[in-house]
Amino acid sequence: MTDSTNKEIGRQPSPYFGYLTKALGTLGSIATTMLGLLFITFVIGRVMPIDPIIAVLGERASKEAYDAMYIEMGLDKPVIIQFLNYIWDVVRGDFGMSLLNARPVVDDIIRVFPATLELATIGTMIGVVLGVPLGVVAAVNRGTWIDQIARVIALVGYSMPIFWLGLVGLLVFYGILGWVGGPGRIGIFYVDLVPTVTGLILVDSIIDGQWDVFWDAVSHIILPASLLGYYSLAYISRMTRSFMLEQMGAEYIITARVKGMSEWAVIWRHAFANIKVPLITVIALSYANLLEGSVLTEIIFAWPGIGSYITTALLSADMNAVLGGTVVVGLLFVCLNIFSDLLYKFFDPRAK
Amino acid sequence: MTYVSKILTSTALGLTLAMSPVLAIAETPDNMLVIANRIDDITTLDPAESFEFAGSDVSRNVYGRLVNFDPLNLDAGYKPDLAASWTVSDDGKTITFTMRDGVKFHSGNPVSAEDAEFSLRRAVILNKTPSFILTQFGFTADNVATTIVANGNTLSITTDKRYATSFVLNCLTAVIGGIVDKKTVMANEVDGDMGNSWLKTNSAGSGAYKVVSWKPNDSVTLQSNPDFYQGAPAMKRVIVRHVQESATQRLLLEKGDIDVARNLNPEDVAGISGKDGIAVDSELRGRLMYMAFNQKHPELSKPKVRLALKYLPDYKGMQDSFLKGQYTIHQAFLPRTYLGAIDDKPFSLDVAKAKALMAEAGVSGFEIEVGVREAQERIEIAQSLQNSFAQVGVKLNITVGTAKQILTRYRARELDMYLGAWGPDYPDPQTNAGTFAFNPDNSDEKKATGLLAYRNAWDPGAMNQAVEAAVIEGDRDKRAKMYQDMQRQHQMESPFGVMFQKIEQTGRRANVKNLNLGGAITSVSYWPVTK
Repeated sequence: MTDSTNKEIGRQPSPYFGYLTKALGTLGSIATTMLGLLFITFVIGRVMPIDPIIAVLGERASKEAYDAMYIEMGLDKPVIIQFLNYIWDVVRGDFGMSLLNARPVVDDIIRVFPATLELATIGTMIGVVLGVPLGVVAAVNRGTWIDQIARVIALVGYSMPIFWLGLVGLLVFYGILGWVGGPGRIGIFYVDLVPTVTGLILVDSIIDGQWDVFWDAVSHIILPASLLGYYSLAYISRMTRSFMLEQMGAEYIITARVKGMSEWAVIWRHAFANIKVPLITVIALSYANLLEGSVLTEIIFAWPGIGSYITTALLSADMNAVLGGTVVVGLLFVCLNIFSDLLYKFFDPRAK
Repeated sequence: MTYVSKILTSTALGLTLAMSPVLAIAETPDNMLVIANRIDDITTLDPAESFEFAGSDVSRNVYGRLVNFDPLNLDAGYKPDLAASWTVSDDGKTITFTMRDGVKFHSGNPVSAEDAEFSLRRAVILNKTPSFILTQFGFTADNVATTIVANGNTLSITTDKRYATSFVLNCLTAVIGGIVDKKTVMANEVDGDMGNSWLKTNSAGSGAYKVVSWKPNDSVTLQSNPDFYQGAPAMKRVIVRHVQESATQRLLLEKGDIDVARNLNPEDVAGISGKDGIAVDSELRGRLMYMAFNQKHPELSKPKVRLALKYLPDYKGMQDSFLKGQYTIHQAFLPRTYLGAIDDKPFSLDVAKAKALMAEAGVSGFEIEVGVREAQERIEIAQSLQNSFAQVGVKLNITVGTAKQILTRYRARELDMYLGAWGPDYPDPQTNAGTFAFNPDNSDEKKATGLLAYRNAWDPGAMNQAVEAAVIEGDRDKRAKMYQDMQRQHQMESPFGVMFQKIEQTGRRANVKNLNLGGAITSVSYWPVTK
């Protein structure tokens, strides 16, 4: 972004060496971040005032069953050993068994994560498609009634409690108007009709060519996704507006206008081209937030995603599931960060 | 979601609903039952291990048991199921079951005495959490080869001493008494686990339904067994969907996308009551809300003082306000629908009487600490008690803590008073009598922390013998009478003040008939359901 970046790139003896050190540096920072995340989650798991054994066996377990489980869960070993064992397992892709449903946590995550991924992706798409133009229009028409309306839309998005909006949305669009499907990912009649390939029902139904399943899934996802999309929209449109205002006041815009360029070209080819980079960060962040799983939306819409999975696990002291879920979400954040870094380079001509 | 935000939501939703036109109704198919329920407590479907509500709901419909409750007549007590009849030896220690002919597992294998032998032995050997329900009769992994024995068409079980037949049979109606298909289960054995890890997610029963799938926190799908020995169920498929939020369940029910909503909060129940096409059922559950006084406390150990305190809770006021639709007044240690349960309610809010009793005891006032777990309704009960106790000069200091904090102190006999809930473990009166009224050694060294009487440092005296006698009384009616007498004495003398019994309100589409939720003693039955 600044001139120094340019100079640094110019100074590199060989571009390949540069890429290598950068890649190693990135890997190092991922490893450190993940280790820190694991450590904090692990510690929280240990200090929680819940006995994991009672969580598994129930309050009235016999002494023998309790002791056997104590050893089985490795709780007899020093905490540091437990932590190291855990890291070793995670590195091998083994998050252990869920304490509560006795299935591998990895399987659970593979089952619940696509639901969240689908919801977050569609939500973000809605947020971007509507939020960016709204922000641009608001900035261009700064101070007019258009700007005011955009502001109110965003403000409502920011400040309405999501569960309330979700319930009222359900009531109106599902209950009264019947335009959309109800809570859940898919109607009762379509459950398990298409073979699971990606776990994303929208994609799986297309692969299988089952269009009625696809449309049913669309009718179920559209409301919660719009709701989440509204929240991204609120954030994205406000950020877009302020980025645009900054650009619109710049001298090159005046120059462009003086040269007699059309207003459309001034806005989209000049000003907007310059806000793409910071906008990517904003969108990536908002996407990452949705991927974390929006617990309340998932609960209201009976959406079996990762947010409600981690919450349920946390409340039932299923620490393997909590740690597994947290690691996956953490890894996603890191990956999205790297991805948006790569996009920077793509969109920022100075980085090329 | 916080409590306040819940109220806001419900109010907002209620208002909107009230003003909205009638919802367009979709309907589920005639041969399918769709239920919304919180099923996140299911940890396993293996009958030798399952011990939670939603898991018991599945088990009851999937596994036949030797004896079982008839869903259309729960009050009749256990009836023959996979065992057609049974005889009891003269010494009362051996029960010999004759198996019902012609019943098949879902696999097509016939249900034999050998399967029953395997299932009960397996439950003892695996030694999972609910295994105590069987092992309390003296069965151990070492002796099952001689105590649980199949012979041709019969199965004999021999207990370590004489027990009431009704006690043993009631216990066999629990989830752990489920009879599994030995051939199928052993074909799926891994590392000598007797099929435990396979049965966690699969089923091998002979009941009205078989498990198609269980997706944790998502759904349980059951398919009917057309060869069910009591006749093919009308509902071919039963789908239980995990829907956490009461308001969402209500909306699904009103819209007709589900047939039954199992977790409606009182606000939502009020909202749907009286609406066309919807019925609300109230079902008694086994959980009791009680207060208990530590007998190590000098004042609380005086009989008249503890009796006085039982006249102080505003039973009716609480039932009709914040406990509405969740708890109903009940004042004896056996939940209603249990063998020997009584409905006597000798106590009501009577400050004058409490004052008189305190005066007779020569006590004017004192200060005590009550331990309460951080659950909304318990804290509200504690606050209500705080008010009414103050009227006789008893200052109640409320300590709220996590389950672990409060239970640890309760078990260590450190609390002056405890306010909390107790749920029975198995469908026999002994489950509660053996803890509320039994404590043969009250010394600190004994550490019998599993017994509620011990936790309150109470020596039940002669009641210990009464409990032991009831456990071996062979005649079911006589035994019921013994518990009735015991509870009447317990109400007046013990340091326990049982206040409420849990009720659950279920919303259903009015066209759904014969849905029995199992009361306090068993679980839901889907097979009699018709639409």
